[in-house]
Amino acid sequence: MALTVLAPAGANDTAPRSARRSIGTVALVLLLPGLLYLTLFFLVPFVSLLMTSFGVNDPAEYGVFTYGFAWQNYIDVIAAYWPQFLRSFWYALLATVFAVLISYPLAYFIGVRLRDRPLWRNLLLVLVIAPFFISFLLRTFAWKQILSDEGPVVSTLQMIGLLGPQAHLTGTGFAVVFGLTYNFIPFMTLPLFASLDRLDTRLLEAGNDLYAGPATTFFRVTLPLSVPGLVSGTLLTFIPAAGDYVNASQAFLGSPSTSMLGNVIQSKFLITVNYPQAAALSILLMAVIVVIVGFYVRRSGTDDLL
Amino acid sequence: MSAAVTRGRAPVGLGRWLLPAYVVIAFTLLLIPIVYTFVFSFNDANRSNISWNGFTFDNWLSVCAQPEVCTAFGNSLIVGGTATLIATVLGTMIAIALVRYRFRARNAISLLLFLPMATPEVVMGAGLAAQFLTAGVPKGLGTIIIAHAMFCLSFVVVTVRARVLSLDPALEEAGRDLYGSPNQVFWRITFPLLLPGIVAAALLSFSLSFDDFIITYFTSGTTQTFPVFIYVAAQRGIPPQANVIASAVFFLAIAAVLVFQVISARRAAAWRR
Repeated sequence: MALTVLAPAGANDTAPRSARRSIGTVALVLLLPGLLYLTLFFLVPFVSLLMTSFGVNDPAEYGVFTYGFAWQNYIDVIAAYWPQFLRSFWYALLATVFAVLISYPLAYFIGVRLRDRPLWRNLLLVLVIAPFFISFLLRTFAWKQILSDEGPVVSTLQMIGLLGPQAHLTGTGFAVVFGLTYNFIPFMTLPLFASLDRLDTRLLEAGNDLYAGPATTFFRVTLPLSVPGLVSGTLLTFIPAAGDYVNASQAFLGSPSTSMLGNVIQSKFLITVNYPQAAALSILLMAVIVVIVGFYVRRSGTDDLL
Repeated sequence: MSAAVTRGRAPVGLGRWLLPAYVVIAFTLLLIPIVYTFVFSFNDANRSNISWNGFTFDNWLSVCAQPEVCTAFGNSLIVGGTATLIATVLGTMIAIALVRYRFRARNAISLLLFLPMATPEVVMGAGLAAQFLTAGVPKGLGTIIIAHAMFCLSFVVVTVRARVLSLDPALEEAGRDLYGSPNQVFWRITFPLLLPGIVAAALLSFSLSFDDFIITYFTSGTTQTFPVFIYVAAQRGIPPQANVIASAVFFLAIAAVLVFQVISARRAAAWRR
C-alpha cells in the first residue's frame, strides 16, 4: 500500500508513446482542478509566508504587523536562533544516519534473504508499517514514559553504572535524536526495501564467482544498486526530521536546551504571535532544505524524483 | 534460486545469525511503544495515564467517559474522510492526465506536485496559517480539511500514477475495437483496472490525514483532532481512553491489511490456475 509511494520515484516510467496525445480539452479538465487546488493552498500560502517574512512587527500590539520590506527579520532571527537552527539540522542528520544503520539490515533481510518466503516477507513488511497505525504522538509519548527517570531504562542503566545516579534521558539531545530515529525508521526501511527487492541476486553470485568477499560484494554491488532507495529514504527522513518539533518539545522527549527550529516557529506563530519572525524562520528552514536536497540529489545522480 | 542466493553471500559463522539477531532487535524496538500503548489502555488510571495502577476493562467499556477524546476522534474521522475524498478525486484525475497526455508543462507540473512532499510540515502549516489569517478565514474543521487534502494530493498522484503506468493499453484497445464509446471504455475497462490503485491511494491518504499533527495544529484553531488532543493532553496527562482508541484503530488497521493480503494472495493464486 504505502510501498508504491515510497518506492524510488522515476523507475518504470515507460508508458507507450502511442497512448500519449497532445494536450486537449480532456487533459485540461483532468489537470486543472487539482493544480488549481495546489496553487491556491500550497503556492499562494507560500508566497503569503514570504511576504509576511518581510513584514514589520508592531511591538505595541499583539500579533499585528504591516507588510513591508524588512530584511531585518532575517538578521534578527539568525542572530537569536542560530543554535536552534544548527541543532535542527544536526539532529536530523544524526537521526537519518541512525535510521540508515537500523533500516538497511532490516530492508536487506526482508528484501533479499526472505525472497523465497512470501509469507514471512509480507508479515515482516506489515510489522514495519505497524507503527504507522498507532498515533505518532502516542508512540512518542510512550517513549517518554519508558525513558523517563522512573522508567525501566534509566534504572537499568544506573544499575550497571552506565548512567550517573542524577542523570536523565528525557529532555536530552539523546532522547530527541532517539525519538526522531524511531519515528522515521519505516520511512527509511520501505524505500530501501523497494530498491533491494529488485536487486538481481545473480549479481551477488557473480561477485562471489569473481572471488569478492561478502564485504566487497556488498560495497561494490549491493550498496551502489540500492542508491535510489537510499536517496528516497534519506529525503523522507531528513526533511520531516529537520522540521519536526514534537520529539523536541518539552511535553515529549525534549527540554528547552534541545528545542529545534520547529519549536521556535510554532511558539512564534501560535504563542508570542510574532508572525514576521515566524515566517522568516520558516522561509530560512525551507531555503536551507532546498539547497541541501538540491546538492544531495545532484551528487547521488537521481534527478528524476517524481 | 534459493541455493544460488545462499551461495552468493557465503555466510561466515558470525554472519549466519548476526543479521537475524539484528532484525529481531530492530523489530523489538519498533514494537515496544505499540505494546506500551496497548498495555496502558487497561490501566486503572483517571486523567493522567503515567504509572501503572492495576488492570481494568473499564476504559474499553467506557471509551467516551472523557468526551473530548471521542469528539477529537470523531473530528479526525470527518477530516480524514472528506480530505481523502477530495485528494483522491483530484489526484486520480491528475495521475491519468500525466500518464496519458504529453504536453509542455509536464515538468512544471511534476515540480508543483513534488514540492509539497519536500516541504517540512511546519512550513506548510505556517504558510496556510498566514494565508487564512490574511484572508480572514476562521480556523476550524473546514481549514483542517483544506490543508489535509492539499498534502495528501501529491501522494495520491504518485500512487495512482504507478497503477496507470502498469495498465496494459491492449485492453482498452480491445474495448474500442468492440465499438465501446470512450465513456464505456473508461468506466467498464480503465476504471475497474485502476480501482486497486485508487483504493490504495485513498487508504494512504486517510492514514496520513488521520495521523497528521503539525499541519493540523497550525490550521485547527480551537478544534481538536485526535493527534491535537494528545498533544494538548500530553502537558497534563493523557487519559487511558486515548490508548483504547489508538489500540482499537491499530488492530482494525492491521486486520484490514491482513485481509487485504489474503485476498490479493488468493486472487493471484486464482489467476495462476
